[in-house]
Amino acid sequence: MSGEEDHTGLFGAEEEQESLPEMAEEECLLKKMEISVSEAEKRTGKNSVNMQETYTAYLIETRSLENASDGQNSLESLWRRYSEFELLRNYLSVTYSFVVVPPLPEKRAEFVWHKLSADNMDPDFVERRRVGLENFLLRVAAHPVLSHDKLFLAFLTQENGWKEAINEAGLQVKTDSRLKALNATFRVKNPDKRFTELKHYSDELQSVISHLLRVLARVADRLYGVYKVHGNYGRVFSEWSAIEKEMGDGLQSAGHHMDVYAASIDDILEEQEHYADQLKEYLFYAEALRAVCRKHELMQYDLEMSALDLVTKKQQCEELTTGTVRAFSLKGVTNKLFGQETPEQREAKIKVLEEQIEEGEEQLKQRNLESRDFVQKAWQEIERFKEQKNRDLKEALINYAVMQISMCKKGIQVWNNAKECFSKM
Amino acid sequence: MSGSSTPKSLPSSGQKSLHDIKHPLSCSPGAEEVAGVFVVNDTPSPELPHTDPNSIADKDLSLPNGTPADTSSPASSSSLLNRLQLDDDMDGETRDLFVTVDDPKKHVCTMETYITYRIMTKTTRAEFDFPEYSVRRRYQDFDWLKNKLEETQPTHFIPPLPEKFVVKGVVDRFSEEFVETRRRALDKFLKRIADHPVLSFNEHFSVFLTSKDLNSHKKQGATLLSKMGESVRYVTSGHKLRSRPLEFSAIGEYLDMFALKLGTIDRIAQRIIKEEVEYLVELREYGPVYSTWSALEGELSEPLEGVSACVGNCSTALEELTEDMTEDFLPVLREYILYSESMKNVLKKRDQVQAEYEAKVDAAALRREERTGAPTEVEKCQDKVECFNADLKADMERWQNNKRQDFRQLLMGMADKNIQYYEKCLTAWESIIPLLQDKPEPK
Repeated sequence: MSGEEDHTGLFGAEEEQESLPEMAEEECLLKKMEISVSEAEKRTGKNSVNMQETYTAYLIETRSLENASDGQNSLESLWRRYSEFELLRNYLSVTYSFVVVPPLPEKRAEFVWHKLSADNMDPDFVERRRVGLENFLLRVAAHPVLSHDKLFLAFLTQENGWKEAINEAGLQVKTDSRLKALNATFRVKNPDKRFTELKHYSDELQSVISHLLRVLARVADRLYGVYKVHGNYGRVFSEWSAIEKEMGDGLQSAGHHMDVYAASIDDILEEQEHYADQLKEYLFYAEALRAVCRKHELMQYDLEMSALDLVTKKQQCEELTTGTVRAFSLKGVTNKLFGQETPEQREAKIKVLEEQIEEGEEQLKQRNLESRDFVQKAWQEIERFKEQKNRDLKEALINYAVMQISMCKKGIQVWNNAKECFSKM
Repeated sequence: MSGSSTPKSLPSSGQKSLHDIKHPLSCSPGAEEVAGVFVVNDTPSPELPHTDPNSIADKDLSLPNGTPADTSSPASSSSLLNRLQLDDDMDGETRDLFVTVDDPKKHVCTMETYITYRIMTKTTRAEFDFPEYSVRRRYQDFDWLKNKLEETQPTHFIPPLPEKFVVKGVVDRFSEEFVETRRRALDKFLKRIADHPVLSFNEHFSVFLTSKDLNSHKKQGATLLSKMGESVRYVTSGHKLRSRPLEFSAIGEYLDMFALKLGTIDRIAQRIIKEEVEYLVELREYGPVYSTWSALEGELSEPLEGVSACVGNCSTALEELTEDMTEDFLPVLREYILYSESMKNVLKKRDQVQAEYEAKVDAAALRREERTGAPTEVEKCQDKVECFNADLKADMERWQNNKRQDFRQLLMGMADKNIQYYEKCLTAWESIIPLLQDKPEPK
């Protein structure tokens, strides 16, 4: 299928591995397996609350390349629906929070121009989503970290039990962390400048691409209008030719070329839609990038909370051991009201506090390590992502330019043909 | 013309010149220049006529069969003849009368503001006393000429004048675009007359081209009203023709259909221009978004900036296309729509003349029963009908030829404009490919 060729060619999922020698030793799944989403099918079934629903299922085909030499046909296939892709992606982004997880294609058609249907069941939309889902799988399979995930492999090859396994993996954590991350955004005291900048970049990228897509849709609308109105010449030239003698033939055939011109816009805009999809992927990538930043903020928040907690406890401990009470502290007031504690009580409290401090120090150390580890992995990942992005978008721009060139050439050709007809009038 | 009687009170026409080209005429005192005849001497005046860059001679669209006398050397009759031999048109008619309309000027008087156009004439015809003339005329003078022609040449198709107001409602009559469009239409109007084997010899036409004082001629036209009254009578007579020749019915039907189709083409062309203008608006927003994006990026910055610039170039090309189509394409369609209207009127007049003839035949037939006599009146009428028919047929043939050439050029021009547009876009997009492929592939 031509879509698949386009796909690897454009997104360079495979080339990525070849062009980066440092990753060559890191065997990603794509080296061992061919993956494609080859079909989409409309289905009707009952959902969890026993309601009738219609959805689209996608056929995932995989073939192991390792056993290929045995001559065995190791082709496997299974059906997944969009919501399962979503589940997989959620799982991956929770499990590998430092990874810029490849985004899924849009659930509903966005940034459409008038000719495109916004219907989820529209065949063109389903087809574009099929390509998008395949692209998602290829991107994950090409990823140095994600491609080694067992549940990802299971998603591709295990028809049954996958959902249960992924639920066990504790997706619940995800919702909690998401909520906490939201709060953390406003509370982190010492944000990492690099992540702040990255977050800022993600916001800007998202806003500029969505602006671009909006205008692109309007550009498409107008271009469609310009071409289609030319089609009216086709009809009127033909009618006019009926009353002309010498001019008749020329007009008639020029009218035909005008029809061709008007019809050519459909293919042009279909190609442009492909470009829009590539931009959309990066629009959604911006969100993935932000998720990494949020995760970092959350870690930083936890780290700061631990540190703060430790400081408070150390202070309490000091107060108890030295007996000095800070003026205006709540402790001092209660002590005055309820009388001094016995030395035994104080000793016991100090002991508990000392234990807690020890724990806290351990935790802080742990969190520091985790955070350092996260930052290191995340930056490596972000660097990788940046390279991928530059490569992909440059290629997308080239393809866009090539598309424009071919549109211009077609335009020149049609008008030359028409001119030839006019010249014979 | 008020200007001609009190030349001193007329503000210098150079004051609000629509064209900033300096013309030899504009140096002369306003009195002579505005309404007077400028007779060109035989002394060379090198920059005399066509320094105007907008001269329609450059625009293939608007000039299907007129050749402007754009020789920069003084027009000696021999050089004119050389031109004639080169420029024999398809009918084998030789052209010996060249008229151009240019150099519009705005005149602001206390009573009114109006535009005059300079009309340059070059000719070898013996009927003219001088080989070259230059006069200034305003729209109402053209209108006078048209009425005179219709009145004195009722059997011929008179080319249309541009409408008094091109668009209903608010149009700035003194805007450069409006004046230029009108200038071209007026130029076309005079060229069509000058090229016509009969109309070009009309005395009113020569007066229009040469007279120092057109107003005195205009005053003689008092008979116009009575003549009009006469023709109205025949229109309302409602006489059914007994035997209208089929070919004239066919011409009538053709013109109806032709006008209808041109009307449709006119609407389509306007719609396309409207769509293109709206497309342009979007493109103007689209390009800069890439620039905004470019500011965010490092390595991608240059490619994005390149795309932005490229979209900008395409926008400019599109703007040129819409301007060209508005200026060159639409006016020609309009002229032909008006043309077909005026032709239909001539057909009606022909029917009237035939009706008159048939009425006389009937009357004569009645009389004949009483006494025999040579009905000379009837014969005269019959001649009239036959002359009318012959003129009309000849004009129709001429018109068909002109129309064919005009539309061939017009439509080829449209195709050319579109090709040029796409070529500009193509160049723009091709030029950024190397920028996008910044890493040259080792081969």
